[in-house]
Amino acid sequence: MADKVLAVEGLKTHFFTRSGVVKAVDGVSLSLAPGEILGLVGESGSGKSVTGFSILGLIDPPGKIVEGTIHLNGRNIAGLPDEEAQKIRGKDLAMIFQDPMMTLNPVLKIETQMVETVLAHEAVSRAAARARAAEALAMVGIPAPEERLDAYPHQFSGGMRQRVAIAIALLHRPRVIIADEPTTALDVTIQSQILAKVQELARDTGTALIWITHDLTVIAGLADRVAVMYAGRIVEQGPVDAVLDAPRHPYTQGLIGSVPSLGRRGSRLAQIPGAAPSLASLPPGCPFAPRCGAAVDLCRRERPALVALGPSIAACHVARQAGDAA
Amino acid sequence: MTDPASLIALEGVSKRFVKPVDLAGKIANMLGANNPTITVHAVDRVTFQLEEGEVVGLVGESGCGKSTVGRLIAGIHAPSEGRLFWHGKDLATLSPEEKKAAKLSIQMIFQDPMASLNPRMRAGDIIGEAPVVHGLVSKAEKADAVATALARVGLDPTYARRYPHQFSGGQRARIGIARALSVNPKVLVCDESVAALDVSIQAQVLNLFMDLRDQLGLTYLFISHDLGVVRHIASRVVIMYLGRIVETAPTEALFDHPAHPYTQALLANVPRLDARRRTFTTIKGEIPSPIHPPPGCHFHPRCPLAGPRCAREAPVLARAVHGGSVACHLNAGGVDA
Repeated sequence: MADKVLAVEGLKTHFFTRSGVVKAVDGVSLSLAPGEILGLVGESGSGKSVTGFSILGLIDPPGKIVEGTIHLNGRNIAGLPDEEAQKIRGKDLAMIFQDPMMTLNPVLKIETQMVETVLAHEAVSRAAARARAAEALAMVGIPAPEERLDAYPHQFSGGMRQRVAIAIALLHRPRVIIADEPTTALDVTIQSQILAKVQELARDTGTALIWITHDLTVIAGLADRVAVMYAGRIVEQGPVDAVLDAPRHPYTQGLIGSVPSLGRRGSRLAQIPGAAPSLASLPPGCPFAPRCGAAVDLCRRERPALVALGPSIAACHVARQAGDAA
Repeated sequence: MTDPASLIALEGVSKRFVKPVDLAGKIANMLGANNPTITVHAVDRVTFQLEEGEVVGLVGESGCGKSTVGRLIAGIHAPSEGRLFWHGKDLATLSPEEKKAAKLSIQMIFQDPMASLNPRMRAGDIIGEAPVVHGLVSKAEKADAVATALARVGLDPTYARRYPHQFSGGQRARIGIARALSVNPKVLVCDESVAALDVSIQAQVLNLFMDLRDQLGLTYLFISHDLGVVRHIASRVVIMYLGRIVETAPTEALFDHPAHPYTQALLANVPRLDARRRTFTTIKGEIPSPIHPPPGCHFHPRCPLAGPRCAREAPVLARAVHGGSVACHLNAGGVDA
């Protein structure tokens, strides 16, 4: 485990609501090596964002991490008291959110927000903090960083705002950045600029990334490994090439089939019937079974465990039996 | 000239949004300040046709005017300049009845079904209101018409009594489609209609669009920023940049041999399933403001191939080798001189 900068084991985050216990994250394990980019893929409500929030210690009641460990640099940070978590958040562990307009304070200059972030974790002079902020802005490719520090968030375009958010995340050279759909709201050409920058930063600074998205095509171009989530659990995880070229889990296969792509113009897309189940009342057995074309009796009775299948791991009875037979 | 066989034709259509000087600005102007009115050139002399039965993909990045073109066609905005033709007849010269019929024949489906469905109306009323108002069905027949419309988009007819919040995202998208179809349109303008949906649901809705086209003989203008979706569904693609059409061609030709530098850059930047751990190549800069568009070709400040002519002279759409048209000086005599 020594070479892992982040290791999550058996994480369970449940929300205790009046209509029952919502098992948003229900036994997730993943790990990250320095400089590695892990794509965390899933549809709305699959628990991918809650996984990210749990790692950062940002789960508020009625939500609670009920089980599992989160080791950052070998130290368990799951369920740390708030003051302790504050010391890590923004320093060793940073987050980039989908909409920078929501995360940047609209009435404060960029400088104020960035200097505050620097001073929160380090006792340096304001001038030194400002210099660090300008440096971070330059690193993400914002022209004239010294002048732009005096601007307000609304004076930036969407792509530039997201760069500012990334610059803030980079201020303390964190070991791990969790990015929650950071390019979903951006145009393709701007998205490419951001992705290029992120790739470069991961390579040059050794920062590891968890890239949360619903978009498999972004993961294909960016990530080293990919984990697919469904109904609060990882159903398949492995190297990008293995998962995208030879998906083992029927849900992964369905997701890939749903992506409009080359050479299938005008033909019907492979659609997954139905919709994701409610997390408050999951069916017994495999949660994907009601939508799965390959489901057998066993799938409806018994929940499949993650087992190694080639270079990947997948949680599927049918894929495991096919793997045993081969 | 416009082909009379075209279902819809736009000829040199422009749309400008003008923000007048406010009171404080006017007073300041009297005292010698110089506050100008702000004009957004959303759509700048756009010409294109929609043939019957076609699926045309209208692609561009935010602020390029693609939604405005959709709204001009759907009759939500009136053009500032230029003419719109319906079955070869100028819309401005039609009688009020003909105009109403034309407008009813072109329906729009919006991006966010939660924002475009009235949260306090039941699905049945959302779908059934328009055909009753327009006299297509009587009040007594409304329930039947709603049931048919719901079944057509793959929803259980008993859902008519539910409110929008009781549906999932994919189901709400279907209600938006059912509402548009309830007045028997010929043309659907789909403005980013699948952008907000999860991939597996997006696939369901795209399949539904194609089934409906086969069943009802519809014509689509499919507005999207997602080239993957457009490539899948469209037979012809129109690319816009900052209010102007820069290229239009049959889908295969455009994706195989993009002629305009902007189209080439756009295609190079599309994330694809088969492109792994790639180095992202980027085009520099961002889209300029439509309040002060650059002179000459709108793309020249970001174009890697631009020459002195591009900053001076706006290129016009002209026939290109791939069978479509492109607005680029490289296609018409070069960028020097």
